Amino acid sequence: MPKITYVSHDGIETVVDVAQDDTVMRGAVLNGIKGIVAQCGGGASCGTCHVYVDPENTKPLSQMHQVEDELLYFTACERRENSRLSCQLPVTEEQDGLVVHMPEKQL
Amino acid sequence: MRGESVVVVGAGQAGCQVAVSLREQGHRGPITIVGDERAAPYQRPPLTKAYLAGETDLAGLVLRQDSYYDDHGIKLVRDERVIGVDRQARVAVLGCARTVSYDHLVFATGARPRPLPVPGAEHVLNLRTIADADAIKQKLDGQVGLDVVVIGGGFIGLEFAAVVRKLRHEVTVVETQPQVMQRALSAETAKHLAARHRSEGVEILAGKSIAAVKEGFVELTDGTVLVADLVVAGIGVIPNSEVAQRAGLAVDNGIIVDAHLRTVDPRIHAVGDCARFASPLTGGLTRLESVQNATDQGTTVASAILGSAEPYTALPWFWSDQYDVKLQIAGLTDGHDRTVTVGDPAEGRFSVFCFRGDRLIGIEAYNRPIDFLMGRRILEAGSSLTPEIVARPGFDLRTSQQQAA
Repeated sequence: MPKITYVSHDGIETVVDVAQDDTVMRGAVLNGIKGIVAQCGGGASCGTCHVYVDPENTKPLSQMHQVEDELLYFTACERRENSRLSCQLPVTEEQDGLVVHMPEKQL
Repeated sequence: MRGESVVVVGAGQAGCQVAVSLREQGHRGPITIVGDERAAPYQRPPLTKAYLAGETDLAGLVLRQDSYYDDHGIKLVRDERVIGVDRQARVAVLGCARTVSYDHLVFATGARPRPLPVPGAEHVLNLRTIADADAIKQKLDGQVGLDVVVIGGGFIGLEFAAVVRKLRHEVTVVETQPQVMQRALSAETAKHLAARHRSEGVEILAGKSIAAVKEGFVELTDGTVLVADLVVAGIGVIPNSEVAQRAGLAVDNGIIVDAHLRTVDPRIHAVGDCARFASPLTGGLTRLESVQNATDQGTTVASAILGSAEPYTALPWFWSDQYDVKLQIAGLTDGHDRTVTVGDPAEGRFSVFCFRGDRLIGIEAYNRPIDFLMGRRILEAGSSLTPEIVARPGFDLRTSQQQAA
């Protein structure tokens, strides 16, 4: 299974096996990783699964749709160039090794 | 392990959230969740969407990985019921006659589909659990062009209609009210949603009632006969409050709880679909059926068990996905008497601002997620937007808030 690394706001790294076709958000929630809230369960409705993709990332990522783009203006922490909603990041073998950083808060 | 023991009756979204939040907030005592389904706690909303469409499976729905419960010292008892609660002895009695003692008990028993009150209801399937969805999938499996009759044009009925239409079946929705979504949405939004369904080829028969269901067809009270390979009803739910009632707790369309979600017994709370709570927002007793309500109430009760005195005041919100329509509702629009529409309904992107008098009580965002998110914030903060302001040409929620700030 692809491995995704979640880095908490205070720098703690957790590596999780994420099932093929699950999302980066689901990988965190299923394993009880704090820092991703995902109030709506992955419906691109709430903007509480915000992550910063590692600046060094070279893995291909899904294209950003308009809804995600709009929601990212309303996250609790500032939007940066590498901001994504993790519910919109599907995981396949191509994302094995992806590193995401979690913002200080989601609400 | 030390600390008070908590028994959660019901393993849906609300019950699971109680347990998860207790651990997140540092509760050290034993936690037991008792659920009557075989599956581990899972999300229900995708059942009418991605799950039926075959885009995800149970593994894609579960709220936590199986190992999470063990790892966090949460005892998950599946396929089992709590049949009684002895409040004097402080024990929950399970169907197998085993008992579990508690210091705190939380009812998160959810609700069950309201049965269709007509002859032949045994031919009708419901859609609430993963077992229900599997039964429907089995009927549809691999085929196209089946005649599907949907009874009830609410959230469940219309989401189901959208997904079976996408699976290329012939769909007819029968709704007793003159318009679908009459209770849940403003007339404006309901009208556009109905038009969207019709443009997808779904037939909507509004203002019609079912007389009887028979093998292979449905009879309406006006004599119309609809051929039906599959009949699915979504006509509302009945809260599961019988165990609470037998335990001597107040029950009336749900388990009655105060603004802290506590019953008259300070050791017993109720959360989610089964809880009818004193709401500061409505000023009366309210029962809500939504993920937001289930999770926020679960968190509130976990805090209460750990000593917090904060009442439940979260702003309700809802969403529904049908075709490519993302409908998001902030606030409770029930009882509105004025609406102002912003955006362009013809383009399929608009928001309906719902007012009671001059007070904004909710926003229905139809493919306008920004209005939804901003709407939640201004409704939480207490809005000063009046219908006149919103109706001004060129009104935009985002710029209006920047000006106000």
